[in-house]
Amino acid sequence: MQLVGWCAAEIRIHNHTQANQDSTWDSRGYKSPGTMFWDRELETLARPALEKIQLKGLQETVQRIAARVPFYQRRFDALGIRPEDIRSLEDINRLPFTTGADLRSIYPDGLLAVDPDVPVRLHTSSGTSGKPKAVFFSSSDVSNAAELIARSLVMTGITRRDVLQNMMSYGLFTGGLVMHYGAEKVGCLVIPAGPGSSERQLMLMQDFKVTAVHILPSYALYFAGFLEQRNINPARDLCLRKAFVGSEPHTEETRHRIEQIYGVDVYNSYGLTEMNGPGVAFECEHKAGLHLWEDNYLLEIVDPATGEPLPEGKTGELVLTTLKREAMPLLRYRTRDITSIIPEPCVCGRTHRRLQRITGRSDDMLIIRGVNLFPQQIERVLMSFPEIGRNYLIIIDGLDDLTIRAELATGAFDGYVEHLAALQARLIERIRAETWVKPTLELLPAGSLPVTEGKAKRVIDNRSL
Amino acid sequence: MNRTAHLIAVFLENKPGQTARVSKILADAGVNLCWLTIANNGTFGVMKFLVDQCDLAVTALKQQGLMVSLLPVLAVETDNRPGALLRVTDSLRAQNINLDNCSGFVAGEHALLLVEVPNIVQARATLEEQGFRLLSQDEMLRL
Repeated sequence: MQLVGWCAAEIRIHNHTQANQDSTWDSRGYKSPGTMFWDRELETLARPALEKIQLKGLQETVQRIAARVPFYQRRFDALGIRPEDIRSLEDINRLPFTTGADLRSIYPDGLLAVDPDVPVRLHTSSGTSGKPKAVFFSSSDVSNAAELIARSLVMTGITRRDVLQNMMSYGLFTGGLVMHYGAEKVGCLVIPAGPGSSERQLMLMQDFKVTAVHILPSYALYFAGFLEQRNINPARDLCLRKAFVGSEPHTEETRHRIEQIYGVDVYNSYGLTEMNGPGVAFECEHKAGLHLWEDNYLLEIVDPATGEPLPEGKTGELVLTTLKREAMPLLRYRTRDITSIIPEPCVCGRTHRRLQRITGRSDDMLIIRGVNLFPQQIERVLMSFPEIGRNYLIIIDGLDDLTIRAELATGAFDGYVEHLAALQARLIERIRAETWVKPTLELLPAGSLPVTEGKAKRVIDNRSL
Repeated sequence: MNRTAHLIAVFLENKPGQTARVSKILADAGVNLCWLTIANNGTFGVMKFLVDQCDLAVTALKQQGLMVSLLPVLAVETDNRPGALLRVTDSLRAQNINLDNCSGFVAGEHALLLVEVPNIVQARATLEEQGFRLLSQDEMLRL
């Protein structure tokens, strides 16, 4: 905890009661890490009992969609599957996959498994090209999603004493509302700031003694530059102690950098619109992989090329089946996200297995001169150099030429062109060693690259495919 | 008196209009340029200059979002005649001092050499021992 003394005394803006009897409270009024559960019983359920819940959820889901969703009925018929064939969790292999393309093809409401008057909320994916993916929530889906956020926040040490500024976009994007409902459930004071207007963000943080933020990693880095310009040292001048970052794949090096700049603990959050948004998987206080809430989602890792299941520990594409969703259940949804299951149990005591940090989205994988690479590999190298700043851009041109434009960190310029040239050479060598592609590297003064308020666009591929 | 002068170094992207951008900031601030050089390294460059109002220039450039650094240099006054440069470089070589960057100009009777070295204290001592006159920022600007 990096809390400044004077903030701690003034933080209690609203009345709190000590909610969780299991926890110890330190002299500053915060629960010490180690024993924080929102729903201890479900979070630590023995695997056989957890799998029993999963099988029940899977069977009910399959029965319901076989009865109500023509899209799945046709697929079941084609494969000769009847709901009663699903007798064990292994039988998941017999069920068909659902893809992002399927969701677009049935747009707007072809996967509804309830009467049209049941859903109470709609979210969509960003839909950069053509139609977005539309996801419906029933009232129980909304409260379930909030429940998973509550578990996720509490396992990082969040309590009702916290003030959470949600700097994700409110609206069709799930990062705003879904997080909001969950944090309210915990009892935090939630500030629905949304993204952008850095001036106002800072005012809210200062005036309401904000202790936690939910933020895009790229915006966290950008906002750090804004604070620097105003001579504000967030670790010293703000009350922040936790940041939840997600919605963009990012690296461990980016986490460390945000932690250093802000003097906070940063927790990785994983989610996707198709699975309710944030709260699918989240890091606990140990920050060693993301616990995926397995009573709500059935988890598989498959070979992205063949769809064949991969054993625990192997890296492949994450495939998720909703087990509790009412309005729009999805079977074996191909997330396109590349990760692996951590087989060892976590010391926190939760039995829900952990995912490794997402190394990339299979859609994001670049093939350059016959070499597969993820933008995150490049980010990892850039962020490990303190001389490099917060913004970068990867450009692929013409004949598979890889160009990286990276901003110098403020304060890293000492006036010597020779030192810049040496830095450039070291960066090129490290990136070549990491990716097997030798890039052109352009060092830029801080502030040269454009800044976006939504998800950062880090890759520009100018090849005509 | 402080015998170290300072150059202002600005980190710039190598694209049209960058030198003009810096010049305009200095002009608007009423800063006069006395000497300038631009080192280009492919996609980026470093512009270095000597100005009459150093602090004002640095503030103005930083306010416009430029990355600025101050470089300490030794301003060595030499005679304006053949062999003058050799005397300076010989003195430095004798102490095994390597030059990072060096440039010079002639102003009337005076010839001035601006020397960037890794160890400025040692270089200053060496040159003063050899009887060279090192100019302060103010003295240099009065030339």
